[in-house]
Amino acid sequence: MTVMTLIDAIRAAMDEEMARDPRVFITGEDVGVRGGVFRATQGLQAKYGAARVIDSPLAELSIVAIGIGAALAELRPICEIQFADFIHPAFNQIVNEAAKMYYRSNGQWRVPLTIRAPYGGGIAGGLYHSQSVEAFFAHVPGLKIVIPSTPHDAKGLLKSAVRDPNPVLFFEPKKGYRAIKGDVSDDDYTVPIGPARIAREGRDLSVFAYGMMAHYTVIAAEKVARENGIDAEVVDLRTLLPIDKESILKSVKKTGKALIVYEDSRTMGYGAEVAAILADDGFETLDAPIRRLTGYDIPAVPFNHDMQEFFMPNPDKIADAIRELAGY
Amino acid sequence: MTTQVIMPQLGESVVEGTVSRWLKQEGDAIQEFEPLLEISTDKVDTEIPASAGGVLLKIYVQAGQTVERGTLLAVIGAAGEIVGDDSPPVTAQHVPPTHQQPAVNAVPIAYNGQMTPVVARMAAEHQLDLAAINGTGRNGRVTKRDVEDYLERDGIQDDAPTDDTPPWERPGSGDLFKSTVDYEDQPQTETAVTARPTESPLQKSNVDIRVHPVEAIPAGIDGELIPLTAMRRAIANHMVMSKHTSPHVTTVFEIDMSAVLKHREAHKESFAKQGVNLTLTAYFVSAAADALQTVPYLNARWTDDGIYLVNGIHIGVAVALDNGLIVPVIKNVHDLNLLGAARAINDLATRAREKKLKPEEVQGGTFSITNHGVSGSLMAMPIINQPQVGILGIGMMEKRVKVIDDMIAIRPCVYTSLTFDHRVVDGAQGDTFMMTLKRRLEGWV
Repeated sequence: MTVMTLIDAIRAAMDEEMARDPRVFITGEDVGVRGGVFRATQGLQAKYGAARVIDSPLAELSIVAIGIGAALAELRPICEIQFADFIHPAFNQIVNEAAKMYYRSNGQWRVPLTIRAPYGGGIAGGLYHSQSVEAFFAHVPGLKIVIPSTPHDAKGLLKSAVRDPNPVLFFEPKKGYRAIKGDVSDDDYTVPIGPARIAREGRDLSVFAYGMMAHYTVIAAEKVARENGIDAEVVDLRTLLPIDKESILKSVKKTGKALIVYEDSRTMGYGAEVAAILADDGFETLDAPIRRLTGYDIPAVPFNHDMQEFFMPNPDKIADAIRELAGY
Repeated sequence: MTTQVIMPQLGESVVEGTVSRWLKQEGDAIQEFEPLLEISTDKVDTEIPASAGGVLLKIYVQAGQTVERGTLLAVIGAAGEIVGDDSPPVTAQHVPPTHQQPAVNAVPIAYNGQMTPVVARMAAEHQLDLAAINGTGRNGRVTKRDVEDYLERDGIQDDAPTDDTPPWERPGSGDLFKSTVDYEDQPQTETAVTARPTESPLQKSNVDIRVHPVEAIPAGIDGELIPLTAMRRAIANHMVMSKHTSPHVTTVFEIDMSAVLKHREAHKESFAKQGVNLTLTAYFVSAAADALQTVPYLNARWTDDGIYLVNGIHIGVAVALDNGLIVPVIKNVHDLNLLGAARAINDLATRAREKKLKPEEVQGGTFSITNHGVSGSLMAMPIINQPQVGILGIGMMEKRVKVIDDMIAIRPCVYTSLTFDHRVVDGAQGDTFMMTLKRRLEGWV
C-alpha cells in the first residue's frame, strides 16, 4: 500500500502496463521529454525510450488516428489528449472510426485503444481548459467511458482500459489530480470496467456522481450526516459507458430518492440518462422527484474566479441539494 | 466579536417562525437596525432588523426553513472574521431524527393528497388509508419511510386482511361508502389508529386539527391545487377550532344610524384636519367599548376554573387582505375618545394592508368587530376569534322605511349581529350588550 495522488496512480498504471506488455505505448502532446503538462507521464520516456513514449504534433486528429491504426495493428496505444477541450478535432476518428470498427467489420477488426484526457473545471482554466465532454461520447455505442474518482480506481480502471479490446475513453478529473489522495495497492490489480461503486452506504437518498463530483459528494454526505443526521448513499458511477443500471436501480429501490450531480452543463447531460433509467425501470420505487445538481447551461466554464465558483457544484451546494431532497 | 441573530418570539403563543427571505446575503455589509430578513409566522409577516452593524458572516437558516424561537439564524461580525464552527451550535432548533430533514415544518399537518409512486404502490399493496398516516415529508407528505414505520409499528403487514368476501361485497373506498360522520366524532377504528393530536384545541392551538376529512382527489376531476399559505392554514385551523370550542349564538339588532351620520357630517372635516379619516367603524368600536363595560362577561375568556374577566378592552378589527384576513388589535379602547379610536383604526388598517404590523399588534384582543357590510352583506353570523367570547358583525348601511311614532320615515339602518359564546354568557346578557350599543349609537351627540 502506498498513499498516492490521483495522478500518481494514473502514472503507476501506465508504468505497470508498459512493463507488463511491450505492445503498450503512449503518444500525445508533450508526453515525452516534458512528461506531460500535468506530469502524468513523467519519467516514462526515460524508462521506456522515445519509441514507446512519443511526442506528437499539436494535432489531436492525428494522435487518435495514429492510435487507431496502431490498435488495428495489434499494438496497445494510450493516446493522451492534453485537455479534453481539445478532443473535438478527433471526434470523427473516435465516433466514426474507433467506435464503429468492430461492428462494420463484422468482428474482424477491433480497436484496443485507450484515450486519456483531463477534463472538468475548477482550476481557473477558463473556456478551453475546463470542459466536460463525457456526454458527447456517452451517446456513442461502441465506446467505453471511464471516469475515476479515487487513486485506487484510477490505477485499476486504467489498467483495465489498456487491456480492453475496445476503444476506451479515460477521462481524468484534473482538479483532483493532486487534491485527491488515497491508498493504492502496489500489486498488479485491475478494477473492472462496468460496475459502479458504492462510495458510501446510506438509507435516506441516493446521490449519483462521478469524477470530481463523486469526491465532493462523499464530503457533502459526511457533512449532512454530521450536521443533519441525513444518511445519504453515494454511488460513484465511475464507468459511464456501459452504464451500471443494476446498481442505480438497486440503490434507489432502497432509498426511494435520487440526486444526480455532474459539473457539465445541465441540459442533455449525462445525468439525464440516469434519470431516464430511474423513470423507466425504477418508477415504482421513487419517493421523490429525481433531482439534478449541475453546471449551468452557459457556453463555457467562466474564467472569472467568482463566476467559476458560481458555475461549479461544490460540497456545500451538494449538501444543500441533499438536504432539500431528503426533506421532500 | 460576533453578534448572533436569533429567531425572536413573535408573540405569546408563537413558538416558531419561517424565514421567508434574507434581505442580505453572506458577505454583505449591514448597518445596525437595517432590515436583515423577513420572517413569517401563522400570525404575522415581519421584518427583522440587524441587531448589530458589520458584515453578515454566515446564514444558518435558509429561506423557507421553519425553526423554533431562540434558534441561531445568522452571525454578524467584522469583515473577515472567522465564524467558529461551520455548524450552528445546538440551540432550540429541532433535533431531527435520522431520517428527517431539519427544514421541514415540524408541526404535523394534514396530508395534502399527493403521493409518490413508491407510496402509491405500498398503499395499494397493503390496502392502506394514507389519510390515517402521519406525514413527515414536506407539506405533510406521507413518505415511504412513514409508510414503512406505520407498517412496522402496527404490524399491519402481518395480519393483512385475509378476507374471503368477494370484493363487491366489501365496503369500497369510493365516495358512496365513505363515512359521513364528522371527523372529530369518528370512533377510532383500527385503521385510524395514528398519532392524532388529542389535546384540547385551546391548550394546543398551534396543532393542526383536521380541517376536513382529507381525501385524495379522485381521478378524473380536472382542476388545480393551490398550496396552502401559512395564513390560509392558520385561518382554517382557527375557524374549525373555534366552532368546535364555543357554542355560537347570534343575536341581531337593527340600528338607526341617523345620529351617527349627523355627528360624522359635522366632525368629518375637523378630524380630517388632524389627519384622521373618520369612519363608521370608529363609532362602532367606541360604542362597543362602552357596551363591554356594561357587560364585562363579553370581555372575558372561558377557562375550566371559571370565567376570567379581562381588565382592559382591546378590540380587534378584521381587515381583509388579498389572500386572507388579519385582525389588528386596538389596545385600551376604553381610554380612547372617538378621535383616538379613529386614528388607531386608520393606522392599523393601513399597516395591515402594507404588511407592516408588528406581531404584538395582532395579539391580545378581548373582543372583535368585523365589518362585513363593506362587501354588501346585510347580516352575518361571524365566528368567534378564540379565546374571546364575542364578535360583533356590522352589516351594510342602507336607507329603510321605518315606522316612528306611527309615522313612516326613511332612516339609514344597519343590521348588527353579536355572536357570543353561550358557555360564558346567556341571551339576556348578549341582548343587554346590544341594547347598550344601540342606544349609544342612536343617541350619539
